[in-house]
Amino acid sequence: MSAPSTDRATPTAGPTRPRLGAHTPGPLGGALRGARKVAEALATPLVPADYLDLFDPMRAGADLRGRIVEVRPETADAATVVIRPGRGWLGHVPGQYIRIGIDIDGVRHWRAYSLTHRADGSAAAGIPAGCIAITTKAIPEGKVSRHLVRHAAPGTLVMLDQATGDFTLPAPAPAKVLFLTAGSGITPVMGMLRNHLPELADVAHVHCAPTQQDVIFHRELAGHHEAGRLALSLNLDDVHGVLRLDRLDTLVPDWRERETWLCGPTALLDAAEKHWADAGVPDRLHIERFRPSVVEPGEGGTVTFGGSAVTVDADGSTPILDAGEEAGVIMPSGCRMGICFGCVLPMRSGAVRDLRTGEVTVHESDEPLPIQTCVNAVAGACEIDH
Amino acid sequence: MTLAPQRPAHGSTKPQGINPRLRVASDEPRPERPALKRSGKPNPAAHLTQQDIEGIGHELDALRQEVMDSRGERDAAYIRKVIKTQRYLEMGSRALLLFSGVKVKGFRPAWWLGTAGLSVAKILENMEIGHNVMHGQWDWMRDPKIHSTAWEWDNASPASQWKHSHNEIHHTFTNVLGRDNDLGYGILRVDEDQKWSLFYLFQPIWHVGNALLFEYSIAAYDLELGKYMATKHRMSDEQKAEFRKNADEVVTKIKRQATKDYLVHPALSAVTGSARTTLTANVVANLVRNLWTNTVIICGHFPPDISTFEKTSIDGETRGEWYLRQMLGSGNISGTKAMHVMTGNLSHQIEHHLFPDMPSNRYAEIAPRIRDLMQRHDLPYVTGSLWKQAGSVYVKVVQLSLPNKVEGRRRRDIVKLEMTKAWRKKKRKLGL
Ligand SMILES: Cc1cc2nc3c(=O)[nH]c(=O)nc-3n(C[C@H](O)[C@H](O)[C@H](O)COP(=O)(O)OP(=O)(O)OC[C@H]3O[C@@H](n4cnc5c(N)ncnc54)[C@H](O)[C@@H]3O)c2cc1C
Ligand code: FES
Repeated sequence: MSAPSTDRATPTAGPTRPRLGAHTPGPLGGALRGARKVAEALATPLVPADYLDLFDPMRAGADLRGRIVEVRPETADAATVVIRPGRGWLGHVPGQYIRIGIDIDGVRHWRAYSLTHRADGSAAAGIPAGCIAITTKAIPEGKVSRHLVRHAAPGTLVMLDQATGDFTLPAPAPAKVLFLTAGSGITPVMGMLRNHLPELADVAHVHCAPTQQDVIFHRELAGHHEAGRLALSLNLDDVHGVLRLDRLDTLVPDWRERETWLCGPTALLDAAEKHWADAGVPDRLHIERFRPSVVEPGEGGTVTFGGSAVTVDADGSTPILDAGEEAGVIMPSGCRMGICFGCVLPMRSGAVRDLRTGEVTVHESDEPLPIQTCVNAVAGACEIDH
Repeated sequence: MTLAPQRPAHGSTKPQGINPRLRVASDEPRPERPALKRSGKPNPAAHLTQQDIEGIGHELDALRQEVMDSRGERDAAYIRKVIKTQRYLEMGSRALLLFSGVKVKGFRPAWWLGTAGLSVAKILENMEIGHNVMHGQWDWMRDPKIHSTAWEWDNASPASQWKHSHNEIHHTFTNVLGRDNDLGYGILRVDEDQKWSLFYLFQPIWHVGNALLFEYSIAAYDLELGKYMATKHRMSDEQKAEFRKNADEVVTKIKRQATKDYLVHPALSAVTGSARTTLTANVVANLVRNLWTNTVIICGHFPPDISTFEKTSIDGETRGEWYLRQMLGSGNISGTKAMHVMTGNLSHQIEHHLFPDMPSNRYAEIAPRIRDLMQRHDLPYVTGSLWKQAGSVYVKVVQLSLPNKVEGRRRRDIVKLEMTKAWRKKKRKLGL
């Protein structure tokens, strides 16, 4: 998502957007730049993109968007969402994730999901050529995951970011690999398998799930196992109990020698970090964390004003605006009662409580979330960009 | 994220301690509400007890919460539809205007259609979209393109300056004499409780001029040009620099707007020999927009039966009292659905002033409940057709150009006296 800009005469896109004629040399470039100037003059106070988006929101040069093509159930509570990305899509490295911005009940929510399609754009595993795919597991009370799995409909336009992340395989691929996954943590690994399995000589894969029915991509994984392309061990909670890491010695006796990629719930990740460190091979372990670090909402807490490098403690009934001013931060403000929006500042992380309604707003992605400082008090902790 | 350039907070808008308007009730004793105002007009809220006002506050808080909690898909779809419609209408009208000079049987159909379409598009953009988006009515959608911090409107006044003078000052201090400059914009006397001066004698002329040039007078007003002229000699260098920065912003904005409407679009039409007609179309569309927005806006706070308030009455004002002031200080316009959209739902001025950040499509829905609440408390819910309300303001502008009637003195004499005084002062100044 591009940051909203006050000066709409300059396009609001990020650095990846090519500006018409910007890199074209010679008279043609001049003509293109001239055309752009005219288009900008015609569109002011909007930008030409605002009009072009009406006709083709997926065009090259637009903010990156995608259209949902299909939502395919994988298990009772997981589904693969196939998306045709806009023409500005730059591709990805298997194991990376994208952020999706989707409107639910009129409100845009951004979440990260690992990519599972083939990086060369060819069709695979039922994903059409040129489409990207994510697989989402609906978690209880999960806003976005439940929406994607249960309600998202083909045809829906979503916002996208380019792929990012360093949970990827090195080139050349290591000789011996261990994939340790649990639940929806299979997704980035499935992205790697669909792209790199032929290059991997020796793959051990330990996957954990509550029951056999909950194993996402079970048929595909079992197929690889039967064909001898990887050695799959399932740890099913209802049969084996929750995975204890000392079981690895039985399942994959040489796990210490393997480059390991791990993705799953926080408890498993933390335990594994310790386990690998204790074994003296912490460098062999590569981890992807799905769980964003969110603040558990509380009463009052510390407010950090990033730009001013000021941190203050405030109680649960003091507006952030007052807390900031008391600490000597020059705060924008107007009505001081929640009606003018003159005090809006971006929250980088944390949680705040609306003093009028008690409603808690938790920062849930790495996108700054604008909040009214005059009617919100800190709930736990929060970081304000100011 | 970048934010609107901030102006230093007005010293006066900054109360000590936490704003009492955050709470419906107050522990402090509240001022009396006298039965009569200074001008002798009755105070419509004189009969309310402090408990009544707290009750009103709680009821309105609950209503606000109910509506805000139910915002969703339907509302988002509404604003997106309006924005889309407006953009198509503007593009379509501008495309027609490329042929505005083409005559069919002695008549220029493309000019008429194009001008009408462009006028409507500009009105929609300013009223139902721009004004409301800049109020933060749609911020909850978290769409950075439809956000109060990002929106720039098709108007001479830059969004940041408009938001300051409108959202922060006018909406907080609605109809408080001496605090809310919207009350006559500093050039009109629209309430008996405003002090009369010789300047207002010609206010029917100021009023019409203001209406025709509305977008520029708003820009000058938001810039506080009048205040600058009057107090320049007392201003610090910092204040002057601040003013110059803001003035530059306005000039840049006006230049951009004029280049688009009066230069680039006519130039494109030159291909069909329609440059001059496209220019006139743009001039007319801007005039129509100016007149329309002014007509709608004067109905919001100036018609008779709408109250103004003394500065002292808002010391330590609670949220309940603030609500009460908003209800008594605003007036609605009745009409069709299309009419409400064309006024940017400012036809529901009362509802808008109670909840300025509520999505505009919800005002019509809550209007019957607000009306009921006001009737239950024996408060006047001011409303009427556009022509009735605007007409009453025009009459008032003429009437109030003269001083208030005072027992035992002819108004003519008061005016004469003022004129003589002014003349003497002038003479002294010129050293005659
Ligand atoms: C790099 C990265 C890649 C990811 N890839 C995938 C993927 O491929 N597939 C996938 O399904 N998810 C993936 N996620 C997780 C995903 O981004 C969301 O966090 C998840 O879908 C929950 O979002 P929600 O809106 O449904 O839950 P929310 O409404 O945000 O939260 C509901 C409740 O669940 C808790 N919660 C939030 N996230 C998690 C979580 N991950 N596990 C358990 N509890 C949680 C919250 O604290 C809250 O109590 C990834 C996350 C990251 C950071
Ligand atoms: S200061 Fe007006 S909304 Fe916060």
